[in-house]
Amino acid sequence: MAAKGTTVNALASMRSDLSRRKQLDKVFAIVGLAVMLGCLLILLVLFVDLVRNGWPRLTYEFFTSFPSRRAANAGILAAWVGTSLIMVVTAVCAVPVGVAAAIYLEEYAPKNWFSAVVEINVTNLAGVPSIVYGLLALGLFVYQFNLGQSIAAAGFTLALLILPVVIVSTREAIRSVPKTIREAAYGLGATRWEVTKDHVLPYSTGGILTGMILGLSRAIGETAPIITIGALSFIAFLPSSPFTSEPPYISFQWLSDPFTAMPIQMFNWVSRPDPKFQANAAAAGAVLLVMTLLMNGIAIWIRYRFRKKINW
Amino acid sequence: MGNSLQANTDKPVSSGFGAPNRALLRYRKWRDRLVEVVLLLSGLVAVFTTLAIVIVLLYESSAFFEHVSLKEFFTDTMWTPLFADAHYGILPLVAGTITTTMVALVIAVPLGTTIAIYLSEFAPTKVRESVKPILELLGAVPTVVFGYFALKFVTPALQYFMPDLPGFNMLSAGLVIGLMIVPYVSSVSEDAMRAVPRYMREGSYAMGATRLQTALRVVVPGAFSGLAAAYILGISRAVGETMVVAIAAGMQPNFTFDPREQAATITAYIVQVSLGDLPHDSIGYQSIFAVGLVLMFITLCFNILGFSLTRKFREAY
Repeated sequence: MAAKGTTVNALASMRSDLSRRKQLDKVFAIVGLAVMLGCLLILLVLFVDLVRNGWPRLTYEFFTSFPSRRAANAGILAAWVGTSLIMVVTAVCAVPVGVAAAIYLEEYAPKNWFSAVVEINVTNLAGVPSIVYGLLALGLFVYQFNLGQSIAAAGFTLALLILPVVIVSTREAIRSVPKTIREAAYGLGATRWEVTKDHVLPYSTGGILTGMILGLSRAIGETAPIITIGALSFIAFLPSSPFTSEPPYISFQWLSDPFTAMPIQMFNWVSRPDPKFQANAAAAGAVLLVMTLLMNGIAIWIRYRFRKKINW
Repeated sequence: MGNSLQANTDKPVSSGFGAPNRALLRYRKWRDRLVEVVLLLSGLVAVFTTLAIVIVLLYESSAFFEHVSLKEFFTDTMWTPLFADAHYGILPLVAGTITTTMVALVIAVPLGTTIAIYLSEFAPTKVRESVKPILELLGAVPTVVFGYFALKFVTPALQYFMPDLPGFNMLSAGLVIGLMIVPYVSSVSEDAMRAVPRYMREGSYAMGATRLQTALRVVVPGAFSGLAAAYILGISRAVGETMVVAIAAGMQPNFTFDPREQAATITAYIVQVSLGDLPHDSIGYQSIFAVGLVLMFITLCFNILGFSLTRKFREAY
């Protein structure tokens, strides 16, 4: 009888132990989900807060006015034009170099110490704080190369900053192309560059585009490096136009013009004590956030589309 | 993409059966060499960037250290390079950096780890695939926007509970930096946890363990080096974060570890000087390179440690 009693007791305690453990398991599943949703909620709160505070300023005039001493007249014309031009320079510099470096590392690099050095450098550059790139640009581009506080200097700086992003995502895309495709092309007598150009790269387009957009979306919001090179925040004129009425119809004068950019403009407004300017800051922030999220959304969509389309 | 499989059918590869066009073959080989050189040069850009960073920082700060002894730089407890009574002790800036980073970690480590455990061990594939990109958006928000959020939303919210909290404080800056690095910490941790082989989990399940027990006693210890890497890389990001602290923590160097006070970090000081119009050869201008060198050194140490740990967990199984 006694033996039976202990068995029953043991069984009962095992059962209660099991149900307790299962309960804990369920609790954690809920906590985990809640934490995740909480983080997403913060993103939402952030956005709503910006839009709510900036709403009265989000008018057509806001996009077509220069900064002004009076908050109600100030706009982001110079800022978004500056940002767009910087992004052109950044993309033109970072994308070809980044893709080429990625191709080299994936398709060409022999396994030796030299490739290892390049590889370590790329990983390391991805972790360098953005403001250090600003210091590099200040010492090198602004003073050594005498580019001054120009659009070119800002564009080059951000290009270096996003280079690791472009390299890493291009490498991932290239790596996911199966070896068999390369071997088939080599088998038909193609050279290494022909294999890369005609087979590997077309299949990697999705990944490369994703990397490029993600890189640019990071560059568009970067403030610290541009402040470091000494961008002015009060600019009531536009850079000279890239297009002219006389031949050769294209001018590169804008590259050496002073500029302001969206994040700089927003920072300038945030740091003013006058609360009227805070609404401007919120409006500029909302525009900046929408631009960033839109670019990220497009990148996610492209990645998804390409992944679905390719069936090896 | 389909047509990419057709090679250059428009170019004759040979002039006749068995008689390859030697000129064309030579051209193709020559072109291949040229392309390889161009690609190699692009790869070298990364090496040159690193070199340039080190050289610029060393060169510009060498002028600073001609005026300021290393002893003063590392032991003086005042940082007032722009005042008449100039002191050049980096300790206050380091204290500010450590404090904001610690606050950020208090947020990022528990949240990031919880999310990683949930995504790796609990969430159905569909949830994981759809939530992860959205979570990464949190890390994509421009830092200046986060700075605004810290100053105009988090600080007033905190002041509701702590009426004495000043308008600029390291607490709200640190909290927001923590939020910002949550996606990064969780994504590296999740990678590490998913690298733990399936059979280890199955062994644990077979012993009657629940998902939570398996996660905490098998997966987390198994992914330990990866988790450590995630935290260390998170620290490196928090240390290098600039705009949030520049906006929300004030820019006054203040030797304190109390997060409720305002203080400047290394990065905030660089911003402060850059906003002014200092002449090229002034000591204030040179000082930002000296503190930049320290910042670079700190983040480099954490990065090297973090990346060597991630390599470890990738090799372990």
